[in-house]
Amino acid sequence: MKRDDLLKMFCLMVKIRRVEERLMDLFAQGKIPGFIHVSIGQEAVPVGVCSSLRQDDYISNTHRGHGQALAKGIDLKRFMAEIYGRQDGYCRGKAGSMHIACKEWGVVGSNGVVGGGIPISLGTAFASIYKSEDRVTVCFFGDGATNEGTFHESLNLAALWNLPIVFCCENNGWAEFTPQKVHTKLENLSLRAESYGIPGFTVDGDDVLQVRDEAEKAITRARNGEGPTLLECKTHRWFGHFAGDAQKYRSSKEIEEVRKYDPIRKFQNLLLERKHLHSKDIEELEAKIKSEIDEAVAFAEKSSVPGVERLLEDVYG
Amino acid sequence: MKEVRYIKAIADALREEMARDETVFIIGEDVAFPGGSFSATRGLLEEFGERRVKDTPISEAAIVGLALGAATQGLRPVVEIMFMDFLTLAMDQIVNQVAKTRYIFGGQYQLPMVIRTPCGGGLNAGPQHSQCLESWFAHVPGLKVVMPATPYDVKGLLKSAIRDDNPVLFVENKSLYGIQGKIPEEEYLLPIGKADVKRPGKDVTVVATSRMVHQSLAAAGILSQEGIEAEVIDLMTITPLDKETIFKSVEKTSKLVIAHEAVKAFGIGAEIAATVCEEMIDCLDGPILRVGAPYTPVPFNLEKFYLPNAEDVIKAVKQVMEY
Repeated sequence: MKRDDLLKMFCLMVKIRRVEERLMDLFAQGKIPGFIHVSIGQEAVPVGVCSSLRQDDYISNTHRGHGQALAKGIDLKRFMAEIYGRQDGYCRGKAGSMHIACKEWGVVGSNGVVGGGIPISLGTAFASIYKSEDRVTVCFFGDGATNEGTFHESLNLAALWNLPIVFCCENNGWAEFTPQKVHTKLENLSLRAESYGIPGFTVDGDDVLQVRDEAEKAITRARNGEGPTLLECKTHRWFGHFAGDAQKYRSSKEIEEVRKYDPIRKFQNLLLERKHLHSKDIEELEAKIKSEIDEAVAFAEKSSVPGVERLLEDVYG
Repeated sequence: MKEVRYIKAIADALREEMARDETVFIIGEDVAFPGGSFSATRGLLEEFGERRVKDTPISEAAIVGLALGAATQGLRPVVEIMFMDFLTLAMDQIVNQVAKTRYIFGGQYQLPMVIRTPCGGGLNAGPQHSQCLESWFAHVPGLKVVMPATPYDVKGLLKSAIRDDNPVLFVENKSLYGIQGKIPEEEYLLPIGKADVKRPGKDVTVVATSRMVHQSLAAAGILSQEGIEAEVIDLMTITPLDKETIFKSVEKTSKLVIAHEAVKAFGIGAEIAATVCEEMIDCLDGPILRVGAPYTPVPFNLEKFYLPNAEDVIKAVKQVMEY
């Protein structure tokens, strides 16, 4: 991979982390309505996968979908305004954190129902074939979602119809408050692929280059009409299910230990080693990101809350 | 004019819309090669090919979800769910996803999709193959629910449903599939959201849906011989509800009976009765009565005690005429 592309991925990972940290802060200050589910610790997965996607490819993403949407390329200001529930947000303030959608960038609409987006992702993939386009769909979901019936129905149908889709399981070991060993018998969820007749792979989801490598192959296969892949990326969730979750169900030892797997530090060390990056660059990058985030927050706070006339809008059209 | 059966009127509507608009496609179980378990899609695979007429596995949630995703990208899916009872297998997709997509995402998408499904008893198909569940879906903002009763209505409304940019739950009635009716040779559309006065009358308003439209017309014929002229309104669309037509009639007659095959308790009759009471109480001479099925699952082999019919409508009308 070229130095520029590597740095682009690194910047994106740092940006996602800093955005999520700022959101946790703003949420604690009471500035964000509703709930947020941050993806801190999992940045390598969306960045690794989306680095091989075009603007006109589609992603289906989840309630823990900020990183996925930002990695796809959406604008930070309009994203922030939507989280704040303001009318300059992508969804005019009616979606919030869990339902970020940006038609322009192929973020079809993040889903608040675990497994709810998986069947919908079949539709964008189907539309590509129907319209003779070579657009690929990546469907993101977590380990918990693989136990929903929709996962089963969707993988079978996608395999049957050879849909141009990559099913990407962000396995962070937790389905809300329940660890994997309590919710699934299998160790590697990618094994399930075989039962549908499609290839399945498990990768280290904290190694952005490993993720990118395997995802690129899967995306290329899909684009070339070779059908779906199940890609399991094992990663780590640093915080609770939602912001404010005290995680009483999780040992403090484990909560501390997951930070060992920091995908950003791992990649940073690699880039420093290869001399693609120097500490001065990191300083500059952090400063640039901070100012971008400040700008986005200012944009969001300046935007107005939708008025009552928005309430009845878009029930029908 | 030509005479067709209800099921043929459906097939004609599908064929015409598929010929007219390349983005229309059909998806469901047994719809393509077998031509549909009720023959609604017979011949369409041969005419339009595999790309546009798709047989699926038994996977209702995946089918509806796929249709939703495709609709966001400008296609017009017509989904067939074999029995209305099986919509339950796709409830999250219908209620939490399809119904809410336009609203939640700030109008970025329109969802021009139709879910066709037959409701109703009369075939002794049992409790899991005979229900009328339209009130569940009428209760979910974002869906349109249409229930045609005649071959003429079903064709005109299905064409409109397919052209509508909103998700439409198109509720056919399996016991009506075989009935004959006259339809024009030339193309016609019927508007969604408009009820139809099937029989004018001055003494009592009977609002009915689906099979109960025919039962109410039969009841009206018998009542007329006894000097009671019933105005029978076929709702045609459940949501959006045509309040105007109902109100205009109640203003004239001052008496209202609502007849539907669905279980009476918590059915759409309750909604119509409440609405009329809220907005037209001064026009009413007496209570609003509802005809519906008893509070039991649809029984196997005991349908004669269960299914509402013309007799029930006559009884209700006579009760209301005492006021």
